[in-house]
Amino acid sequence: MTFRVRVLVRLRPSVYDPQGEAIRRAIGADPHLSAESVRQGKVFDLEVKAGSPAEATQRAEAIASKVLANPVLENFSVRVLLD
Amino acid sequence: MARFAVLVFPGTNCEGDVLHALKTVTGQPAELVWHKEGSLAGFDAAVVPGGFAHGDYLRAGGLARFSPVMEPLARLAESGRAVVGICNGFQILQEAGLLPGAMLRNRSLSYVCRDVRLRVEANSSPLTLGLPAGATLRMPVGHAEGNFRADQDVLDALEAEEQVIFRYCDEHGEVTEAANPNGSRNSIAGVRNRRGNVAALMPHPDRAYEEALGAVDGRRLFESLHRFTEA
Repeated sequence: MTFRVRVLVRLRPSVYDPQGEAIRRAIGADPHLSAESVRQGKVFDLEVKAGSPAEATQRAEAIASKVLANPVLENFSVRVLLD
Repeated sequence: MARFAVLVFPGTNCEGDVLHALKTVTGQPAELVWHKEGSLAGFDAAVVPGGFAHGDYLRAGGLARFSPVMEPLARLAESGRAVVGICNGFQILQEAGLLPGAMLRNRSLSYVCRDVRLRVEANSSPLTLGLPAGATLRMPVGHAEGNFRADQDVLDALEAEEQVIFRYCDEHGEVTEAANPNGSRNSIAGVRNRRGNVAALMPHPDRAYEEALGAVDGRRLFESLHRFTEA
């Protein structure tokens, strides 16, 4: 069966995020808004064929580590979407 | 005689400059090679030029490593022959695992397009062979993602093994934060692999190799590449 899987790719915590920081400053420019920090990431929604949610997760993790994330800068998390 | 391959991906846009630079500076034959090619047989060296390979979708250089030509490129590197990247070509070689580190968005968030000065740090690479350490060169950069990142232990190893070949510097050859156009760690503008046959830099020697271009220092990098193929 086909599972929908969501992959979140983020910059690793040790990596400075110039875009996130610029967004944080833009938020602070509105007197009604503020955020202590902003980290920007990417969302990938995949459809993968697998026999179980665990297998779908495994397949998505393989895709994420090989293609979607660059381990020098980024890490990722994988979640099967149940709807 | 040396025969140079200049790789072309969809979105590459500096292949003509590199091809012309190689031919006019070295006097050797150079050919464009489309990314679908499965062989680089007969080539003594390959250059991965700048541009936006595969639109820089996903990440700069991130999809290029799945192009068929990357397999023979890796074999060329394994054989000890010269593989060189310029700008987007640097990012592609990093994504392919042929060079260390990765490029983050510039610290300024802006696309930076201006002349910079580079200090030659180590001459053990196809881009710096025969150049005196400490020499300063002038050529332009043009990139939005040239902010060199690597983990501290990787950076320490790069420094210890003299794998940093170029650093951004000022007109006096001093490495300063003001002279660093993108926020790169250790002001790194170019690196080589451990073996010393794969090297790349973010600035464009292919935009600085004859008087008409307003700068000529880029010639010295192509001359170095030619020397490397003869060594």
